[in-house]
Amino acid sequence: MSRSRAPRRPIRWHIAVFLAPALIVYTAIMIIPLFGTLNLSLFTRGEGNTREFVGLANFATLFGDPRWSGAFWNATWNNLWFFIIHMLVQNPIGIALAAILSSPRLRFAAFYRTAIFIPAILSFVIVGFVWRLILSPLWGVAPNMMDAIGLGNWFAPWLGQESSALTTLALISVWQFVGIPMMLIYAALLSIPDEVLEAAEMDGITGASQFWKIKLPLILPTIGIISILTFVGNFNAFDLIYVAQGALAGPNYSTDILGSFLFRTFFGFQLQLGDPHMGATVATVMFFIILAGVSLYLFGIQTRLRRYQF
Amino acid sequence: MTIRKTLSLTTAFALCATGVFAQDVTLTIESWRNDDITIWRNQIIPAFEAAHPGIKLDFQPTAPAQYNSALNSKLDAGTAGDIVTCRAFDASLQLFERGQLSDLTDLPGMANYSDVAKSAWSTDDGSQTFCVPLASVIHGFIYNVDIFNELGLEVPTTEDEFFAVLDAIQEDGSYIPMAMGINDQWEAATMGYANIGVNFWRGEEGRAALIAGESRLTDEEWVAPFRQLARWSQYLGRGFESQSYPDSQNLFTLGRAAIYPSGSWEIAGFREQADFEMGAFPPPVPAGTEGCYISDHTDMGIGLNAASPNQEAGRIFLDWLTGAEASTLFANAIPGFFPLSSAEVTLEDPLAEEFLSWRGQCESTIRPFHQIVSRGTPNLSNESWTASANVMRGTWTPEEAGEALQAGLSSWYAPHQ
Repeated sequence: MSRSRAPRRPIRWHIAVFLAPALIVYTAIMIIPLFGTLNLSLFTRGEGNTREFVGLANFATLFGDPRWSGAFWNATWNNLWFFIIHMLVQNPIGIALAAILSSPRLRFAAFYRTAIFIPAILSFVIVGFVWRLILSPLWGVAPNMMDAIGLGNWFAPWLGQESSALTTLALISVWQFVGIPMMLIYAALLSIPDEVLEAAEMDGITGASQFWKIKLPLILPTIGIISILTFVGNFNAFDLIYVAQGALAGPNYSTDILGSFLFRTFFGFQLQLGDPHMGATVATVMFFIILAGVSLYLFGIQTRLRRYQF
Repeated sequence: MTIRKTLSLTTAFALCATGVFAQDVTLTIESWRNDDITIWRNQIIPAFEAAHPGIKLDFQPTAPAQYNSALNSKLDAGTAGDIVTCRAFDASLQLFERGQLSDLTDLPGMANYSDVAKSAWSTDDGSQTFCVPLASVIHGFIYNVDIFNELGLEVPTTEDEFFAVLDAIQEDGSYIPMAMGINDQWEAATMGYANIGVNFWRGEEGRAALIAGESRLTDEEWVAPFRQLARWSQYLGRGFESQSYPDSQNLFTLGRAAIYPSGSWEIAGFREQADFEMGAFPPPVPAGTEGCYISDHTDMGIGLNAASPNQEAGRIFLDWLTGAEASTLFANAIPGFFPLSSAEVTLEDPLAEEFLSWRGQCESTIRPFHQIVSRGTPNLSNESWTASANVMRGTWTPEEAGEALQAGLSSWYAPHQ
C-alpha cells in the first residue's frame, strides 16, 4: 500500500522555489564571505605575496603577543563600556519615553514621537560632525549655554580627554538611537489589549503601579529583543568613532572599540599597511563574541521569558 | 572579391593609421592629484608638447583614497598608464621590487637631485632610483605679521626667543599665542614633533643613526623635542585637547591666534582665507646647537611603468620634468609644494619664497619615521602621533613617550633588538 503510493507523492517544488531567492542571496552575500573571513584568518602572508597556512597562529598572536592582546582587550573593554552605557541610559529612557507617549492624556504625542525619532534616521557623519561642533571649546554652543546657566566652569573638552571621551561618544550614540527602543516599546504598549488594562483598573491598579505590574511584564519580550539589538549594534559599531575621533580612536586609544580596531588592522592606516589576515582574525573574534552574546540571550534568557497570549 | 578588396583596403588604412600614430606617442599619466587637473591641462601639458612635438600627454587622475589600490590592480592587469605618480616610500618601493616601475637611476636629470630628495624613491641602500622626485613640503611656523607688529614682537630664531614671544602674547591676552589642537593627533606629531625635532637629532645624521640602530628613541635628542612639546600646551587655546585641525586653521586665518605651527602646504589655502599679512620662520634652534635643519619632506614623485611600450618617450618627459622650466611651472601653480630639483626656480608667492629660502640656510631632512622604521607593526609613525598627543595632553612624560616608541620599534626592527 504505502509502497505503491510513495512514487505518486508529488515533489513539493514550491518549497525549494520559494526558499531559493532568500537562500541564494543570503548565501552569496553573507554566508560565503563569513566563511571566507574565517578561512582568511588561518593564513598569513609569506615571502613574495604567497599565502601560507598557519593554523591558529594568528589567534595566538592576537591573544598572546602583549601589544596585540593589549590593544584587543582595550578595545573589548571599551566596547563593553559602550554597551553598558547604552543599556543603562538608552533603554531605560526609551522605555520611559514610550510609557509617557502611550499615555492617552498626552497632547502632541505624534510631534514628540517624530522629534525623538528623527536623530535615528540621520547619518553617523552628520551626527558626529554636529556633536563635535556643539561640544567644541572654540565655537561650540555648549560652553556658552553652560556659561549662561552658571555652569561655565564645569565645561571641559570632553571629546579630548581620555577619561571622558568614550562616555561622551556613547551618550551621543544614545541620543541618536534612543528613538528605536522607544518606537519598539511604544508599539508593544499599544498592542496590550484594553480589556487587560480595564480589568486591572477594576482591581484598583492604576497609574504607576499599573505600569510596573501589568504593562512592564507584558513588554519584557520586547525589552529582551531591544537588548540583543543593542548588543549586536554596539559590538559592530564603528562609524561614530571613526567620524568623531578618526581611525586612531584618540585620545590615546581611549575610544578604540572592536570596530575601529578591526578597521586599522584590516585596512591599515597612513604608513601602516593593512594586514588582511590579522584583520580577519579580529573579525572572527568579533563574530564569536557576538555569537556568544546572542546565544546566551537565546538559550539563557529568551526561553525563560513568559509570553502572554491574548 | 569585394570582400577581399575591402579587407585589403582596411588593412592598408589600418597600417597608415598606425604609421601616423607611431610618430605621435601619447603618454597617459596616472595621478591622485585630481586637484591639479587644470594646472596640468592648461600649463604643464602645453608647455611640454610645445617643446616636444610628437609626444602627447594625457593626464588621468583617480580619487586620492582609491589611487593606490586602483594603480596596483591596473599594473597587475597591464592596463595602467605609461607614467605613474609615485607615493613616497614603501608603496612605490613595493612596485619597483615587483618589477612594475622602470629603473631611472641613469636618467640624466637625476643629477639635479640630492640624496635626501631621492630617498623616498630609492632602494634602501640608495643604489637605484625609480621615480623622479616631484614635490616636497617644508615645515615651519606661519605667523600673523599684524599681531607681531601690534605687540612689537621680533621673529624668534632661538628656542628661548620663541618662548619669550609666546609669553609676551600670552601676557597681552588679546590673542591665543599658538593655534594647534591635538584632537586629530597628527598635528602633534607632524607639525609639532617632526617640525621642531630636526634641530635636536640634527637632520639626516640623526635619522640615519636611528635607522642603523645607533641611536635609540630614549636618547636625549629624541626625547628633548617631546619636552618642548609639553611646554607648548600652556600656550594653546582653551580646550585644545578637542580642537581639530580645521579648528586650528580657522583660529589662525580669523586672526585670533598669532602663530601657527605648520608647513608650506597651507599657503594656498591661507592665501584665500586670511586677509592679513603672513610671515614664516623656520623651527627655532635650541641653545648651544650649531647650524639649523628643516623638515623638507618628500611627498610626490613620478615614474615610468615598466610595462609601457613607450619607454623612450616616457624618459624624455621625465627628464624634462627635472629641468628648470617644469620646476618653475609646478612651484608657482601650487605654491607650497616645492620642486625638489636643484634647478634654479623663481617663486611669485613671497610666503612660499620665504619657506623655500630656508633650503639655502639650513640643511634639509625628511620626517624621521617615514623611511624603513615604519615598516612593521606597531607602526612607528602612527605610534608617534599618539605619543606626541599624549605628551601634549600631559598623560605621558617625555621620557615615557620615548620609552613607548622605543619598545614598539624594538619589538620588530632587527637593528634595535
